[in-house]
Formats: sequence, C-alpha cells, structure tokens
Amino acid sequence: METYTLLRHFADSWALVLLTAVFLGVIVWALRPGSRPLHDEAARSIFRDDTKPAASQKEA
Amino acid sequence: MWDYVKLVVLGVVALFGAIAANYAHDLAYQVNALVVMLAAGVTFLWTIRTMGEPRTVNANEYMDGVVRAGVIATSFWGVVGFLVGVVIAFQLAFPALNLGNVTEGVLNFGRLRPLHTSAVIFAFGGNALIMSAFYIVQRTCATRLWGGNLAWFVFWGWQVMIVLAATSYVLGGTQGKEYAETVWYIDWWIAIVWVAFLFVFMGTLIKRKEPHIYVANWFLLSMILTVAMLHIGNNLQIPVSIWGSLSVPLFSGVQDAMVQWWYGHNAVGFFLTAGFLGMMYYFVPKQAERPVYSYKLSIIHFWALIFLYIWAGPHHLHYTALPDWAATLGMVFSVMLWMPSWGGMINGLMTLSGAWDKLRTDPIIRMMVVSIGFYGMSTFEGPMMSIKAVNSLSHYTDWTIGHVHSGALGWNGMITFGALYFLTPRLWNRDGLYSLRLVSWHFWLATIGIVLYASAMWVTGIMEGLMWREVDANGFLVNAFADTVAAKYPMYVVRGLGGVMFLAGSLIMVYNLWMTVRAQPEKAGAGAAVPAE
Repeated sequence: METYTLLRHFADSWALVLLTAVFLGVIVWALRPGSRPLHDEAARSIFRDDTKPAASQKEA
Repeated sequence: MWDYVKLVVLGVVALFGAIAANYAHDLAYQVNALVVMLAAGVTFLWTIRTMGEPRTVNANEYMDGVVRAGVIATSFWGVVGFLVGVVIAFQLAFPALNLGNVTEGVLNFGRLRPLHTSAVIFAFGGNALIMSAFYIVQRTCATRLWGGNLAWFVFWGWQVMIVLAATSYVLGGTQGKEYAETVWYIDWWIAIVWVAFLFVFMGTLIKRKEPHIYVANWFLLSMILTVAMLHIGNNLQIPVSIWGSLSVPLFSGVQDAMVQWWYGHNAVGFFLTAGFLGMMYYFVPKQAERPVYSYKLSIIHFWALIFLYIWAGPHHLHYTALPDWAATLGMVFSVMLWMPSWGGMINGLMTLSGAWDKLRTDPIIRMMVVSIGFYGMSTFEGPMMSIKAVNSLSHYTDWTIGHVHSGALGWNGMITFGALYFLTPRLWNRDGLYSLRLVSWHFWLATIGIVLYASAMWVTGIMEGLMWREVDANGFLVNAFADTVAAKYPMYVVRGLGGVMFLAGSLIMVYNLWMTVRAQPEKAGAGAAVPAE
C-alpha cells in the first residue's frame, strides 16, 4: 500500500477516534464532580505572590 | 570561563558577518551581514566591559528588568508598525506616495507591506507576548524566571530579528510567503531565539511553587510550542548559497501552498489568538480584581481551541488546486471554531459580572472589554468568511483586510494596550498612571479609528467582490479591474483616516506611559526598594 493511502486510512480511523476520545475525556475531566473547589482555588491563585516569589513550595 | 566562550563565539560571528558582507550576492544579504557584525561586535564589547563584575541574583525577587524592556519595545514597535500601516494605506489611496522615481522602489507598497505586517504582528505582538509571558509565568508560578540571562537573550535576539527582517524587506529580501517573508537565515535565527523562549518558559513552569499551572500559562505554552512547530515546518528551505538571501522550498505547488496556510492560519490561531488569550486570562481578572468567571469554561475553551484551530488553514485555499475534501475540512473546522471562541469571549466578559460599574470608572477595563468584544466579532466574521459560498465573494477583496484589522487592531491591539497600562505603574513602582483622561482619549481614538477602518473595508470589499463577478446579458464581465480600483478611492481615504486616529491614540499612550515613569510619585508603602537590574 502506498504511504499516502496508509496514512490517510490511519488518519480517518484510529487517529480520529483517539483525538475525539481525548477531547471528550478532557471535557469530562474538567466537569468532574468535586473539581469546583480546586478550580476556584486555581482561579484565585493570580491574586497571590504579586510582588515577590513565594518563600517555599506550596502544598496542593 | 563562560564569558570567554561567549567572547569567542561573538568574535567568530562578527568576523563571519564581515566575510559574508564581502561575499554577499545581494544587497539585502549584505546589509543584514553588516547588522549581524555590528550586533555581535556591540555584544562583544559589552561582554568585555562587564567581565569580572560581581553578579548577584536575588532569587527572592522577580526578574522584571526584561519585562520593563518588553514594555518599552512593545510601545516603540507598535508606533513604528502603525505608522508604516498609515503610510501604506495612503499609498493605496494616492499611488504617487510610492515615490517610485525618488527611492527606486525601496519604499513602494510591495516592500513596505511586509514591513508593516511583520512590525505589527512579530515586533509589536511578539514583544507583547514575550513581555506578558515573562510577567505572567513568574507571578502565577510564584518563582523567578528560569535560566538567568537567557531571558535577556530572548529579548535582544528578538529585537535583532526585527531589525534584520525590516532591513531585508525594504531591500528586496523575501521568501514570498505571507507572514513568513523572512529569508532563510533570519528563519534559523527566529528558531534559535524561539527555542530559548520555550526553555525559559518551561524551566520556570517546572520550578514553580504553585501546585496548579494557571490557565493563562497553558495558552502561552501552546502558543510557544505550536509557533515553533509551524515556523520550522513552513520554512523547510534549502539555501541556494550561504552568501545570499535566496532559498528553494522543500515542497512545491499545492503542497507548498497548503503548508503555507497551515502555518498562516495557525499563526493567527496560536500567535494572535492563543497567546493573547493567555494575556486576557491574566490581565482581565487582575484589572477587574475578580477571578475569571468560570475556570472550567477556560479549560474547555483551551482544549477546544487547540483541537479545532490546527485544521482551519485550508479555508485560505478555496477554489484552488487544493482537493475539495481538504477545503471542506478546513471550512467545517473553521465553523466549529465559533463555539470555543464565543465560549472564551463570554468567559472574559462575564468576569466583570458584579463589577460592571468599573466600565464607567476604569478606562483600562473599558479597553479590555472592547478588545474582547472585537475578539467575539472577528471570530464570528472569520468562520462566516470561511464558508465557501461567502468566500467566493469575499476572497481577494478588501473584506479580508478589514476582517484581519478588526481582529488585529481591535483584539490584539486593545488587549495589549490594556496590558501596557496595567504593567507600567507596577513595573516602575508608580502610584497609578499619569492620566486616566489620556487613557480615555486613547480608547476613543482607537475605537473610532477601528470602526472607520472596518466599515470602509466592508464597503469596498463587498463592492469590489460584486463588481468582479458582474456579467452582462451576453456573459461578458462588466467591469475592468481598474474600475474597481477607481471606485474604492473614497473608502481608501476613510481607511487611512481611521489608521491616523489609531496611530494618534498610540502616541498618546506612549506619552502617558512615559510621564507615568517620569513624573508619577513612587507608590507609597512599598517596603523594600526595587533595585535596578
């Protein structure tokens, strides 16, 4: 089989399924139950450490 | 030891520049070689002069010197780029301004146009992105930039690239690829500087002290990574000689066109959209003093944008030698991009919910909101123009230019102005901006300028599209090309005036920022003084 046909076939089938699955997985992961406090915390993180680096590693 | 290595490298580069200038096959290459020689020579002298000086790096401070330099460079190249834009707008209205007899083509439209596009996208936009990335990644990771002076290499390397590109364009150096006009050796240099940028950014992310990587950094990192990939992919060229500007692309025909627009559209998608969204997701919440409306939506916005944008390029090649299926694929993905774009717009605008009164009192917020509005408008217009039936009317007309400018002036320009107004008092430790009234003046001049520009281009674009396709009862074309040019004249003047207003606004901004640094009192209560770097 010539390279073009082979790659084209792969792109149309497995690659397409894989990319779509990853994309849907990311959305489900973002919307998972229990993520809200983490996300609220992340959204507020820009209001810290404005003038100086943090002294030490922060806990998750 | 490291200094000696640097001296040897810089000396060799300067020598090579001199040799290259001697053997140069074309003028653009020769002048570029001299620029390289000078840049390497100056850096050589500076390295010698500062050798042996004790260098203290305070890890308890952010590296803000390079961000301050970025503010200055962004403002400077912005004004230069807008000025060249105004000049070429009037060249189109009044062709005598090409000064063909005086300058022998050096300042004609064909040479100045890439100078304008590269100045605003890569010099103004690029410096804005580098400056914002360095500022944001430090604050959101709560750590100093990684790599020491590598950040300064990125900054100065980028400025050298701009000077090389500008001198090359006006002397006729070009690859003939839109937004990728820079010739092969400048492309190599861009790749080196850009990879250094990636290292600084990644290194800082890796040594971060915050557990979570804030979403603005995702956008910025995707911008850096994708632009590296696109730039290298689209510039696979074999130089004809190491002593000349000419090179031959690896791809040919429609493959080359497809690679070019895969690059071209994703330069819009990742350089001008993802990167500037990174700025939006940091500066808008900071200026509004409220967290982003929905962090979940920002994550979905990010991944949807990343997954969809990369396929949209073929819509630049409708009704060409490109296979139909590829054009249709590009169109479908462009239309799907509506969703993440508008999701992002809503997320940006709704960040102000509960703080809408700031629109009245804070002209910087007003600027950012208008910028997000233009983001929404141009990401509505773009997918619409990518639909084949619409594209058959809009393609090759001024409508495209109007669309690009509502995105570039409205979205990229305004969010950058907002970021500059945000950063300057903070970086120079000043008690607020010199004048909010002047910010309002800038805001109105820029906004009205864009509206004049975009509406003039809608009118000329649709008009010339309709004139081109008009046929009489016997099937003959009614209009000659020159008829459309004549008909567009009044709108070209209006467009030029819009550009003048936008330029005037940016000059007011530069004055305001200058006076903020010069005349504003230091911010009170800021404990330790910030040492100059």
